[in-house]
Amino acid sequence: MTDIEKNLEELEKQLEALKEFSNLHGVDLSKEIKSIEDKITELRKEAYSNLSPWDKVNLARHSGRPTSLDYIGRIFEDFIELHGDRSFREDFAIVGGIATLEGHPVTVIGHQKGRDTKENIKRNFGMPHPEGYRKALRLMKQAEKFHRPVICFIDTAGAFCGIGAEERGQGEAIARNLLEMSRLKTPIISIVIGEGGSGGALALGVGDKIYMLEYAVYSVLSPEGFAAILWKDSSKAKEAAEIMKITAQDLMSFKIIDEVVPEPLGGAHKDMEKMSEEIKKYIIKGLKEVRNQSIEDLIQNRYDKFRKIGEYQS
Amino acid sequence: MLKGFFKKTKYVTTSSPLYEKPPTPNIPDGMWIKCTACEQIVYKKDLESNKKVCPHCGYHFRMTARERMDLIIDEGTFREFNQNLFTLNPLSFPNYEKKISEQQEKAKLSEAVVTGTGKICGEETVIAVMDSHFLMGSMGSVVGEKITRAVEEATKRKLPVVIFSTSGGARMQEGIFSLMQMAKTSAAIAKHDEEGLLYISVLTDPTTGGVTASFAMLGDIILAEPGALIGFAGPRVIEQTIKQKLPEGFQKSEFLLEHGLIDEIIPRDHLKETLGKLLRLHKEVG
Repeated sequence: MTDIEKNLEELEKQLEALKEFSNLHGVDLSKEIKSIEDKITELRKEAYSNLSPWDKVNLARHSGRPTSLDYIGRIFEDFIELHGDRSFREDFAIVGGIATLEGHPVTVIGHQKGRDTKENIKRNFGMPHPEGYRKALRLMKQAEKFHRPVICFIDTAGAFCGIGAEERGQGEAIARNLLEMSRLKTPIISIVIGEGGSGGALALGVGDKIYMLEYAVYSVLSPEGFAAILWKDSSKAKEAAEIMKITAQDLMSFKIIDEVVPEPLGGAHKDMEKMSEEIKKYIIKGLKEVRNQSIEDLIQNRYDKFRKIGEYQS
Repeated sequence: MLKGFFKKTKYVTTSSPLYEKPPTPNIPDGMWIKCTACEQIVYKKDLESNKKVCPHCGYHFRMTARERMDLIIDEGTFREFNQNLFTLNPLSFPNYEKKISEQQEKAKLSEAVVTGTGKICGEETVIAVMDSHFLMGSMGSVVGEKITRAVEEATKRKLPVVIFSTSGGARMQEGIFSLMQMAKTSAAIAKHDEEGLLYISVLTDPTTGGVTASFAMLGDIILAEPGALIGFAGPRVIEQTIKQKLPEGFQKSEFLLEHGLIDEIIPRDHLKETLGKLLRLHKEVG
């Protein structure tokens, strides 16, 4: 896929040169330009309709892929970021705050990856510590108190594995979020926008509606981790990705997610505005679907939603 | 030269996401066994009569679910739930069915957890006991479903729950279905909690990954056996991530107690009476 993408980008460059030439010398090449443009679109469509799970992993991790803050700024108005878990410290791997969606207040929370090395160091590559999950829970409880819906953007390789994380109870922090989210008295919409890695993703994922972007992935562990455990060889990540069933389409077929949000041709990073518009539509639709339920029904339905997941024979 | 006699068997496969190489959970079929911790030679019968605790150094060997139940539950009071839930292969994972039947044969269990009701020091309780000898106690659909059903039954019957955890985490071969069991079990615990009922979580060696990050850390009271490895990520994963050696005693029960993550460490010899005491204390409604 990346090879095809490289070729396509090369073609696009040539097209630009052609356009420039045409403008500069006043030669009418519009017919040729149009035909090349059509060809590029067609090639891209073909390439993107045949993506392998591993291709999708790479797209989900693409360095240019929009992050939570990119979407928050485009989907909501008046975002005010709120920091800290009130206990240990601020974790920049999770962002959260209050905003409005079409005039209505909402609480927004998301994993936050960085764009470059410097930002990624600050954001710990979007891998939260326990205090990140505790901040998220604090903001969710706040949303419950003020009757605001919660919108969660999921985008993490996983919860951070380190000494401090263990010392402060990474397991407990994730578990607590799962428990509290399951009974939070306000609607929750979770959207996997990139990587949904393991418990660290699920800790923002116990929602009334769960959506995934078309090229997002959601899995029990990263393909690298999976390969390392089962085959003692993390370089077999590509093979792992093929059998793990981690794509939005797989999870849709398992009925684990509610809907797949289509991405612009070439992926979310090709047209951030359009992608944000699309996500916004889904959030509004999702909220409409859950909003007229009583709180009791909402919580019972959320319980049932997760209660029924599991494949066994009795 | 003598060392060769006690050569550790190599650990071949593991289902655990975050944990590798348990300190020899299997007692070999010999008369003698070398203690994993102090390396003293122990007569196997002595070890068994000592609740699988090393008489020299107090190291707690891993127990099977049956051994644990014999130790904790009043004789003849256990009624098992859901014996007939069988594992499927939702991802069509190569050789998974074969692996499961091998494990069933080896561990003499249908899956990695046994659930039911029984009495502990005369107190009626819903009990779940995990077994690390079955695919490293990993949690797939059946483990998640059995725990959830057991907790729901306790909620319905207004009974306390005691869960003995031991697990490498979520079961890789069932992928996303395994991950979702974390949410499912935690939600069931939430409902039990809403009813004002008691849940005691007992952490035994090892408890890691998705089990730590769900029901195991959600007890009203969390107890642990001495020296048990308890964590979210396994030590090997952490070492690889941070590229440095981990401090002595890291992720052991004592470390967790020191960091305020568990309520108390209870030696196996006192576990039953402690549970009985706690269960009794919570029967008195103020």
